[in-house]
Amino acid sequence: MDFLSRLFRDSGSKEAAVERLRLVLVHDRAQVSPGLLETLKEELIQVISKYMDIDEKGMVVQLNSSDQRATLMANIPVRRVKR
Amino acid sequence: MSGKSIVVTSGKGGVGKTTTVANIGTGLALRGKRVVLLDADIGLRNLDVVMGLENRIVFDLVAVCEKKCKIRQALIKDKRFENLYLIPAAQTREKDAVTPAQMKELCDELRKEFDYIIIDCPAGIEQGFKNAVAGADEAIVVTTPEVSAVRDADRIIGLLQANELYEPRLVINRIRPEMVRKGDMMDIEDVNDILAISLLGVIPDDEMIIISTNKGEPAVMDKNSRAGEAYRNVVARLEGEDVPIMSLDNNHSVFQRIKRWIGM
Ligand SMILES: Nc1ncnc2c1ncn2[C@@H]1O[C@H](COP(=O)(O)OP(=O)(O)OP(=O)(O)O)[C@@H](O)[C@H]1O
Ligand SMILES: [Mg+2]
Repeated sequence: MDFLSRLFRDSGSKEAAVERLRLVLVHDRAQVSPGLLETLKEELIQVISKYMDIDEKGMVVQLNSSDQRATLMANIPVRRVKR
Repeated sequence: MSGKSIVVTSGKGGVGKTTTVANIGTGLALRGKRVVLLDADIGLRNLDVVMGLENRIVFDLVAVCEKKCKIRQALIKDKRFENLYLIPAAQTREKDAVTPAQMKELCDELRKEFDYIIIDCPAGIEQGFKNAVAGADEAIVVTTPEVSAVRDADRIIGLLQANELYEPRLVINRIRPEMVRKGDMMDIEDVNDILAISLLGVIPDDEMIIISTNKGEPAVMDKNSRAGEAYRNVVARLEGEDVPIMSLDNNHSVFQRIKRWIGM
């Protein structure tokens, strides 16, 4: 039954719609407000400062989205590791 | 008594928010609930004509918020149901003529008198949206099965959550079974999978909606309208009843598909 109905279904444009939506939403959803990123950065500084001396001015925190996923990239120059 | 306020929103324009507000509101009134419809689409008021109440307007939402009149004076009683009211939007003002705080205050007052406050949200994500959601306890997101509408719905769901409306429910409007069958329109499952919020209802594309809008009589009152039936189901679900999503397809047997395929 299921097989038959699939056999007789034309492959229409909806597959394209679903596919394109999935991709565009990966990007849309990966966009967070600058405010949120700023808060995240501040909290990161607090946590990391317990263990290391870091260069806050040289610190970069970014959310990148590529084809299928989003990645959080943090580049934090370390001056000294605390002991 | 303390009622519930529900905002009907979408992001993208023209997907059926006003139609949904009119039908849900009328459907709840049909069940004897005390209902007020709040048109928050300031500058582009439409709910009055969809409800057939355009000739009765004296005061509007902005007048209420600016305290130029009492709430009672701005409530327009429906033609058919004495437990159904409308507060119309102002037509000649801007979206920022009211504030979220004023909307919240108004909803707090209305909650004392009504079981349901249904708010018609303007398209977009700016001030008008912020006003419309400010006083809402719950949200309904309307979309059509099209890429742009679903994308905007996804964005709106995020914004609703940022406004502490964590569990919005979905209405998929204007489904065309024939196109779904041909694989040329996303089906209920596709849209539902992508947006991943709970499904409140599915409304078929139905010319009766246009006819009922022409007359100013919501389709939910029409026993012969498919969309009307779908809206009655939505209302039942809002009232906590467990009604299955109706099959929109009354012509989908494999046999019929084979017949069409070989051109019979
Ligand atoms: N299920 C349906 N079948 C057929 N026509 C429909 C259906 N739902 C809505 N429409 C039509 O689509 C048009 C837009 O509907 P409506 O005004 O409710 O959308 P809206 O989201 O409120 O628009 P706006 O963003 O401009 O406020 C109207 O002409 C309406 O009659
Ligand atoms: Mg509208």
